[in-house]
Amino acid sequence: MHELGVVFHVIKMVEEVARENDLTQVESVTLELGEVSGVIDSYLENCWNWAVKKQEKLLREADLIIETIPAVTYCEDCQNLYGTIEHGKICPRCKSPHTYLQQGNEFRIKEISAC
Amino acid sequence: MKEFKVIEVKRSILEDNDADAAKLREELKAQGTFLLNLMSSPGAGKTTMLKRVISMLGDELKIGIMEADIDSDVDAQAIAEAGARSIQLHTGGMCHLDAAMTRQGILEFGAEDLDLVVLENVGNLVCPAEFDTGACRNAMILSVPEGDDKPLKYPLMFSVCDVVLINKIDVLPYFDFDMEKCKEYIQMRNPKAKIIPISARTGEGFMEWTQWLREEAAAWTK
Ligand SMILES: Nc1nc2c(ncn2[C@@H]2O[C@H](COP(=O)(O)OP(=O)(O)OP(=O)(O)O)[C@@H](O)[C@H]2O)c(=O)[nH]1
Ligand SMILES: [Mg+2]
Ligand SMILES: [Zn+2]
Repeated sequence: MHELGVVFHVIKMVEEVARENDLTQVESVTLELGEVSGVIDSYLENCWNWAVKKQEKLLREADLIIETIPAVTYCEDCQNLYGTIEHGKICPRCKSPHTYLQQGNEFRIKEISAC
Repeated sequence: MKEFKVIEVKRSILEDNDADAAKLREELKAQGTFLLNLMSSPGAGKTTMLKRVISMLGDELKIGIMEADIDSDVDAQAIAEAGARSIQLHTGGMCHLDAAMTRQGILEFGAEDLDLVVLENVGNLVCPAEFDTGACRNAMILSVPEGDDKPLKYPLMFSVCDVVLINKIDVLPYFDFDMEKCKEYIQMRNPKAKIIPISARTGEGFMEWTQWLREEAAAWTK
């Protein structure tokens, strides 16, 4: 269960931010999640909902909001940018395998709404 | 009515683990212990390989093995018989180890007097690659029966490895495994990775592999 481990990391970070900013209640946490970050949205939400119920007041009612970042791959041979999900590792224009992921494996806390 | 305000965070989830891992590396450096994170699919030959390494390096280096595998009692026994200390880590059913769990393991182990500690990470090729354990170097074992295209399927795993062992080369004649292709795929993902073909069964390649370990451990602990 990768997602559950990840949820605990998110909770730890939110607690830190709350401490730094003297927050007592979090309304929502917004994550930026790359399409190929390896984390599955729906599992993540389930794990979140389960885990926050066990937390102190700070997080008990917090919603999780997920913003998806599309995966884009760059081809070194023909400088083409293309969708990673549709085409994978081989450039659809020149068939080169010399490509790398430009964006899409992000996993960040964007912001939290709290008081 | 409560007044909620939005606080911009913009921090990567792995950031705190990365910082923790860097700290653990400093601690290991200070106590003179070289920690190798070993990753692979189940059954690639970790235990067989380690037994051979222990028998070859056991006189020069004090070696310890930390097992993160869920049910690997058998392995711990095999390691003890080969002549090294080992402990079982508690991962709580998690699919990867993070730096905090690794530090906990090192503490419980009492690794101060050990020169080389190998962390047998959880047996999958996805999650462990994302979490820096705080190890000094990362290694993985890919075995011939798994196929030469594994580096294409798990690019992240290969991109974080300092050394890739290609194990079970004694069965190469029976498999449709293209060694040159495999090396090329690994180098595509990670030009700096050292690739060493070995057979934990016959011992082929172990001179090179133990030499790598010896040099890396010496450089780390000096
Ligand atoms: N032919 C051949 N078989 C090997 C080699 N290395 C390991 N094996 C066999 O592969 C099987 C798995 O080896 P292990 O060393 O237990 O592998 P492991 O990675 O520790 O396995 P888990 O701990 O279960 O993930 C055993 O039957 C070994 O005898 C090798 O170099 N050649
Ligand atoms: Mg084993
Ligand atoms: Zn191209």
